Amino acid sequence: MENKNIAERPVKISVKGLRKCFGELEVLKSMDVEVHEGEVVCLIGPSGSGKSTFLRCLNKLEEANGGEIIVDGQKITDKKININKVRENIGMVFQHFNLFSNLNIIDNITLAPVELKIMSKEDARKRAMELLKRVGLEDKADAYPSQLSGGQKQRCAIARSLAMSPDIMLFDEPTSALDPEMVGEVLDVMKGLAKDGMTMVIVTHEMGFAREVADRIIFMDGGYIVEEGTPDEIFNHAKEERTISFLNKVL
Amino acid sequence: MAFFEVLAGSVNTFIAALGETVKLAIVSLIIATVLGIIFGLFTVSKVKILEWISAIYIGIIRGTPLLVQTFIIYYGLAQVLRPLGFQWKLIGGPFTAGAVALSLNAGAYMAEIIRGGIESVDRGQMEAARSLGLSYGKAMQKIVLPQAFFTMLPAIINQFIITLKDTSLISIIGIRELTQNGKILAANSSTKVMIIWVIVALYYLVVCTILSKIAKVVERKVSHGK
Repeated sequence: MENKNIAERPVKISVKGLRKCFGELEVLKSMDVEVHEGEVVCLIGPSGSGKSTFLRCLNKLEEANGGEIIVDGQKITDKKININKVRENIGMVFQHFNLFSNLNIIDNITLAPVELKIMSKEDARKRAMELLKRVGLEDKADAYPSQLSGGQKQRCAIARSLAMSPDIMLFDEPTSALDPEMVGEVLDVMKGLAKDGMTMVIVTHEMGFAREVADRIIFMDGGYIVEEGTPDEIFNHAKEERTISFLNKVL
Repeated sequence: MAFFEVLAGSVNTFIAALGETVKLAIVSLIIATVLGIIFGLFTVSKVKILEWISAIYIGIIRGTPLLVQTFIIYYGLAQVLRPLGFQWKLIGGPFTAGAVALSLNAGAYMAEIIRGGIESVDRGQMEAARSLGLSYGKAMQKIVLPQAFFTMLPAIINQFIITLKDTSLISIIGIRELTQNGKILAANSSTKVMIIWVIVALYYLVVCTILSKIAKVVERKVSHGK
């Protein structure tokens, strides 16, 4: 019933015929995806299947070689688009956190809103403290990234993205570089976001998380979408041979 | 002792000459740093033309001796541009020509140091900054360059020391810096040649040692801040 609801909501991300090559290698071969407002989409599949590349095309960290991508009504595959403006509205969380190592935690979070003149320095600090509280790191405001554990770094990175108040959040294997005991704390923050109605696209190997949180699962292999559906459809009633054999290996 | 007599007797001319050496080094290094940043950024930019310009500049400087570069700038340019009313004399004489040659020379090496520094910063830092909506320039300025700076610092200071010593070559176009001063004194007292050149060496040694010591302190300071 929830899903019917989602399909009627406005489309936040629309991808049509997306192709991406690295030199001779065609990594994405015609991808079509639509993501609706408040929807949580998890991309799963073997490594090298193009999941991360697809995600990175959505905020133009990778330039598409063909097809069209519309995010929030803005056609980002258009050469004339001001991509910086579009990116302000798309948060991204990386596998290796990528916290700015020359800045402390609070400055990591306030940098973009202050530099882009979205908030005054004081407002940005106040907002940053709220966000740190939300991810459980309010006592780390003055620490440097090198002093944090992996899980703490990733929660801070999520707070940094949220400081721009994005409508969309992209997660590129956010727990893959974490020690097992720290995966939970990051997934909990992400679950909270999903519950608050954030539109999220997540590349993940955490099948339990995908099953619990995702509205839709996309299984990719070899640069194609092999199969997509609700967690129940994919995890319990997969139709494609490749999906079944992948899930057999990871579950 | 003859050594101390000569040392004391020549101190006035050597202090004046040391002033010229240091002035030449400082002016050249400031300009070289600016050139280094510009061409270093050109090298890592994705704009092909800028990359080429930078590659040609660095290639020519690295592939030719400083002495020849100095001659081309001082004698060569003077001859070619004289019909157009250009004269080194009018814009500061050999000092300006020497500073131009040294700046261009050190600038190319600084560009390489800065390129190396930028490339040593994890690509994810730039990507994270861009993903937040910061422009390439802002991300460079706020995130990548400050991080690159720490890595580059030892190499930059090393280049400072090299350039300081390279000022010696500029003596050839008639600036009375340390080496030229030594040459003049040695010519006038042919019995004390060894003493005079040892004194020249000592002046360089003292300045370079002080510079290295400062470098060590600065390095320790910034690595603390990190």
